[in-house]
Amino acid sequence: MIRELSATEWQAKQGRFVALWTDANFAYALYHPGELVFVALEQGGYPALAHKGAGWFMRLARDLNGHVARGFEAAPPAIDHGAAPDGSGPWPEFARHPAEGAHQVAVGPVHAGIIEPGHFRFDVKGEQVLRLTARLGYEHKGILGLMRGKSPAHAARFAARVSGDATVAHSLAFAHAAEQAAGLTPPPRAVNLRAIMAELERLANHASDVGAMAGDAGFAFLDARFALLRELVCQAAQAAFGHRLMMDRVVPGGVADDLAEGGREAILAALGAVEAELPSLRRVFEDYASLQDRVVGTGLVPPALAEAYAAGGYVGRASGQRGDARLSPGYAPYETFALYVPVEQAGDVAARIKVRLEEIPESIRLVRECLASLPGGALCLAPDPATGMGLGVAESFRGAVWYWLRLDAGLIADIFIADASTLHWPLLEHAATTSILADFPLINKSINGSYAGGDL
Amino acid sequence: MVWKTTIRHILGRAAPALRPDPALAKEMSARLQAGGARKLGRALSIRHVAAGSCNGCELELRAIQNLIYDLTQYGLSFVASPRHADILLVTGVSNRNMAQALRQARTAMPEPALVVAVGDCALDGGVFKGSPVVLGGAKAVVPVDLVVAGCPPNPAEIIAGLVALVDAHDTKMPPKPKILPGMT
Ligand code: SF4
Repeated sequence: MIRELSATEWQAKQGRFVALWTDANFAYALYHPGELVFVALEQGGYPALAHKGAGWFMRLARDLNGHVARGFEAAPPAIDHGAAPDGSGPWPEFARHPAEGAHQVAVGPVHAGIIEPGHFRFDVKGEQVLRLTARLGYEHKGILGLMRGKSPAHAARFAARVSGDATVAHSLAFAHAAEQAAGLTPPPRAVNLRAIMAELERLANHASDVGAMAGDAGFAFLDARFALLRELVCQAAQAAFGHRLMMDRVVPGGVADDLAEGGREAILAALGAVEAELPSLRRVFEDYASLQDRVVGTGLVPPALAEAYAAGGYVGRASGQRGDARLSPGYAPYETFALYVPVEQAGDVAARIKVRLEEIPESIRLVRECLASLPGGALCLAPDPATGMGLGVAESFRGAVWYWLRLDAGLIADIFIADASTLHWPLLEHAATTSILADFPLINKSINGSYAGGDL
Repeated sequence: MVWKTTIRHILGRAAPALRPDPALAKEMSARLQAGGARKLGRALSIRHVAAGSCNGCELELRAIQNLIYDLTQYGLSFVASPRHADILLVTGVSNRNMAQALRQARTAMPEPALVVAVGDCALDGGVFKGSPVVLGGAKAVVPVDLVVAGCPPNPAEIIAGLVALVDAHDTKMPPKPKILPGMT
């Protein structure tokens, strides 16, 4: 569904905003569940949108393409840090909070753990966080520029590296977009194999992140056990698909390779191990008062705010939002499996953990069902060099990932990528202010935005 | 409940020690001696800096600390600041927005210090080579002592590289690598 709007209609448009971007002639806005509208650029600009989530996208469009959102000129750059080609540049200055006794704490881009770079500026009074400003863009590599002018088959390796932890979901969303543009339906066997990989990825990330949160709260034992469960899933992925993260396995037209010999058994064994240990780990989570004390009521994202940002994934679902791209019509093969999507209302770290713990058994079930009903036949169809536009979505472990692209004689003329994280970073800025500074690492992990996914 | 599970697993599992490829250890040793590097001990601290990665390499850096790979058994551990570190471990392409922070992290380290580039991105920019904001791997910003290639390299490869580096530095124990099956 795509239509052109006048400038007034563009600004008045209501709906659950997903993303905004520009190309040489138009500004585009995407709304759930896949409604695309556009407005003609005038003198290199377009009217700013008032949607909460639009801020980062409008800043990004200015940095990438020089297009100004009229009425939003004062916003700081997104990925343009004003650095010289060798990287040298000024230390970022942030306005001080007016509260008496407030001071600033600067963290990053080099953090204390094994984590991507970003800069966080906290205004604190004592230990209470008054305001958090995230300065992102440190992972910016110019991915959109690298993808332009390439065929979808060639550009797929960039899509697979937008956010490594969600490589399957990104490859899938990109494939969906490229297939729509080329008018191609992937073969049924590929559809099932894709879902198996996507669910294994979800499972691996949920396990390792839940463990990391427990580790942050002082439970090294849970961290170690959950990390081991992730490891088992990665090893099964290696055995079944030839890569621990399953990178470059989902390609436009289908999948790159079949399930390896012994792969089915490896996956089922890993699922069995996860399933066997999960209940006892989960009980530890729920029974230990000192652990619950750290996570209950910490890092609040109120449902109204989650709704205003159209938050997806476990961030949205822990704050009362029901969105899951896998539920959208035509998202094969989930229609046949009656997907269960857990929803919580509390919006705190505990609720986000709960949602993720509940999604693990569901992913196990889905993988088993996909394996049991794996159809035979072709793995991949080669797309003809097509001309057209495509919009694709995939549900990554942290929410919906959207790809928009325009093909011209089989080459990508233009493309945009919206990772779920982009709508979650502002929620992290809010959640941090509901707690003390020492809780920030835990809150950050509970939302776990992808730095690379947003910085492109 | 916790203690039951803990005991079951303590008794049930012993992580095998990995040894590096002897050729790699020898080459590292020769390179370091040629450079006149002062010797470090065997227990080294690592500081990680992601400089324009996709976060795939970070996942495997976390995996080298899990119960299977158990990095600390080699005397290696991650620390929170470059000021506490002997090894700077760099992932990512070295992009324009991180080059300054990467340079500063290296400067903040006490000497002697080593730099390890992990992943194809850190080798030379990997698939992102050619982008105007990609400087071209860690070596474009800081001198690099060891590269572990791969996208991402698997945990065993990362460990083998790091252990080779430690062996090359060790004054008391000349490297006597034992090769496990699959580790050549
Ligand atoms: S080497 Fe590969 S896995 Fe590592 S950061 Fe680069 S693209 Fe990601």
